[in-house]
Amino acid sequence: MTTPRVVITGLGAVTPLGLTVEETWAGLSAGRCGIARIKAFDPTGFPCELGGEVPPYRIQDHVPKSFRKAVKLMCRDIELAVVAAKEAVASSGLVTKGVDPEKVTVDPTRIGITLGSGMISCDLTELGPAVGVSTTDGQFDLHKWGKDGLSHITPLWLLKYLPNMLACHIGIIHDIQGPSNTITCAEASAHLAIGEAAQIIARGGADIALAGAAEAKINMMVLVRQNQLYRTVRGRNDAPETACRPFDVDAAGMVCGEGAGIVVLESLDHAQSRNARILAEVEGIGQSHSLNPAYEHLEPDGTGIRIAVEKALADAGIGPEDLDLIIPHGTAIPQDDLAEARGLQDALGSATGRISVWPTKSMLSATGAAAGAIDVIAAVRAMNERVIPPARNFTKPAAGCDLNIPTERREGRIRRALCCSYTHGGQTAAVVLRAFEGDGAK
Amino acid sequence: MKTPTTTERVVITGTGIVCPLGNDVKTFWEGILSGRSGIDFTTVFDASTFPTTFDAEVKDYDFRQCIRQPQLHEKCSRSSGFALGAAAQACKQAGLDVETAHPNDGIDRTRMGIYLGAGEGSFDNDAFFGSLVAGWDAQQQQLNWPRSIRFAMEHMKPAKELEQEPNMAAAHISLLTGARGPVRSCLTACAASTQAVGEAMMLIRRGDADVMIAGGAHSMIHPLGITGFNLLTALSRRNDSPQTASRPFSGSRDGFVIGEGAAILILESLTSARRRGARILAEVVGYGSSSDAFRVTDMHEEGRGAIQAMRAAIADAGLTTQDIDYVNTHGTSTQENDSIETLAIKAVFGDRAKQVPASSIKSMLGHLIGAAGAAELIAAVLAIRDDVVPPTMNLHDPDPKLDLDYVPDVPRKMPVRVVMKESFGFGGQNNVVILKQYSEEGSKRVS
Repeated sequence: MTTPRVVITGLGAVTPLGLTVEETWAGLSAGRCGIARIKAFDPTGFPCELGGEVPPYRIQDHVPKSFRKAVKLMCRDIELAVVAAKEAVASSGLVTKGVDPEKVTVDPTRIGITLGSGMISCDLTELGPAVGVSTTDGQFDLHKWGKDGLSHITPLWLLKYLPNMLACHIGIIHDIQGPSNTITCAEASAHLAIGEAAQIIARGGADIALAGAAEAKINMMVLVRQNQLYRTVRGRNDAPETACRPFDVDAAGMVCGEGAGIVVLESLDHAQSRNARILAEVEGIGQSHSLNPAYEHLEPDGTGIRIAVEKALADAGIGPEDLDLIIPHGTAIPQDDLAEARGLQDALGSATGRISVWPTKSMLSATGAAAGAIDVIAAVRAMNERVIPPARNFTKPAAGCDLNIPTERREGRIRRALCCSYTHGGQTAAVVLRAFEGDGAK
Repeated sequence: MKTPTTTERVVITGTGIVCPLGNDVKTFWEGILSGRSGIDFTTVFDASTFPTTFDAEVKDYDFRQCIRQPQLHEKCSRSSGFALGAAAQACKQAGLDVETAHPNDGIDRTRMGIYLGAGEGSFDNDAFFGSLVAGWDAQQQQLNWPRSIRFAMEHMKPAKELEQEPNMAAAHISLLTGARGPVRSCLTACAASTQAVGEAMMLIRRGDADVMIAGGAHSMIHPLGITGFNLLTALSRRNDSPQTASRPFSGSRDGFVIGEGAAILILESLTSARRRGARILAEVVGYGSSSDAFRVTDMHEEGRGAIQAMRAAIADAGLTTQDIDYVNTHGTSTQENDSIETLAIKAVFGDRAKQVPASSIKSMLGHLIGAAGAAELIAAVLAIRDDVVPPTMNLHDPDPKLDLDYVPDVPRKMPVRVVMKESFGFGGQNNVVILKQYSEEGSKRVS
């Protein structure tokens, strides 16, 4: 018995560098930076006033006419996911209900959806009027909130913020009736979602799946904790474009952002039977856990990363010598970068020095759950274009980060790419992608 | 991806629970079989002016009493604390070592994983609402952001805030057990922990893990969570009689009763369980998942997604509806769920629908949201162990349209070999898991 191979046939991305995969790739390959002072609200008072925000868009333009009313129920995270899903489905050539209800080419019961989501923090201005009527002597009064405040909030408020609503809206738009899951493992969510969706296809649970993640971390309450924990960069508010410096000797923290990345996964048989354009193969998934009682950081030796990478390679049936590109998690938080570098070095051994490592958060910012999916898309584009763009904001490696990070553009065949991610709770994940060159041989 | 090397049978070797009916499996089950209610007035916060003033809370619980090294988890949220206690119990029953760097239970930690359906952490009400009050400009009807930010930066406690993220319950269990295998956490609303158990089974079948610590942990009993459900008018408002408010399948049902808790099952490959000589409680034989793709606010009117998930699970198990002795329903006590779930069961079971007992323990337990499915799966394990079907309580005025055998009022002694557990989430995710009494000869599943 052989496992069906799983391939990627569609890509969709919404990032601080653009509203499409093409715009995002153009930005990445030019080394453009999507980080600036936060515009969504006045961030004065935060040590880090910077963010990676998605360019302006109108959500109504990205949903079918029949669905326009439902945009009222979409928080920012849902919107980003819906936009990315639209592009991903369109680029796959599949005709779902969301593309054209008259010409559907897919069996809705054979499509699944597995998305990663963050814990969605609500829009604070929406609660303002309710809070306004719920104070006594300038203090919040829960009695008044229960009695009078509730009537100032829209009845369906909760539904805007449940993490599974990303998949719910996309599922309704595109009529996805197969397995649906929402992975809530913070920054590891996208890789875990892509992995689980690929496994569902491999076990015959679906022919096609949308997988990826979206998250909007440009929310005041989210940024409070990142700032308080000294995770965000300090002292760089006047130089946004050079603020985020993964693995660099001057790295001083991360910059939070927002975005979405969604891929269309398909069994190779299904993709070939409809002559789909195959962009890459999902070859291996690995995951593990970092054990560190100081949860906000990886364990210093990077064991959790090492095990995830080793498992991903084993799942793909390859060795470190088969990799040509790594997109690391690389937040630019110095001790986490060092731990990740150590984990990679231990997993890859003597091959470490040969494999190009291309951190993307210097341009894309840290987009939470979405980051892993955007990185997978960046890796697919790099493989398709046979280009590894230069790392941005990297001049000299931080002590101990002995990785092969290119400062100049590299061209040539990329056989396989590895993407890594980890969370501040400890989950680690790695995905191996293989360039699909039509041969089918392994 | 690699070719699966196994088609492993997956068994349950441990269970643990912290829930409104008690903080261990024995107390939980005695409560269920005696028809006790875990529901009472809200004490977690002052809900006296909310439209609904009651819920199903975990009582008399302190995770520090349940583990040896509570200092490693000091900042953990309410629901992560529940998860730690439930996981410690489940591991103990399964003979798995916890809180040691050198486990001696024969399980390679890189082959031990975790899959939880888990929700948000504890909510710092004072700092959250305080930040809003500080910044809200009633004249302009807008937020003065810098004022809110200043208040929040001064009053929020960063380590506690970190524990808000839904992946943290899994992180705490990982530290408790040393698990370094596949660690995932999902949140598909009320279907989350049934999905977690189903996907955990799949990871073992695939050969990715020998042991999965699977289940759920959730508490939405905080002012914003309760605000949200009240606004949706999803909660029962029977404030004069909390204990009879959850009345699944009854004609006078008026909403669900929100609960909280954690439930953990140890899933293990049969090979591993046999090698360790672990006691096998039941076998997990089938899993099916689907989505409604219908409306954000409502279930599909004919239960299309629910039907598809049930059929997928039955097929996955290599069984037919004839084999199923008991359906542990989602049975929330909302008008919509109980009607549509009944329709779906009828569509799947056909002529046999009225012969299959279908009860809801939410009548006693309340609705544990993300943790509900796992708690109810533990009831299913015990139903198989004791050959008894737990009752649906508070079913005194039947709904004429709902005419299945809901097992009203008292538990029923009868042979129970196969149980189907179904869970349906807000947003249209449907998940079904089938458990079977363990026997050497095994299941008929061929794949």
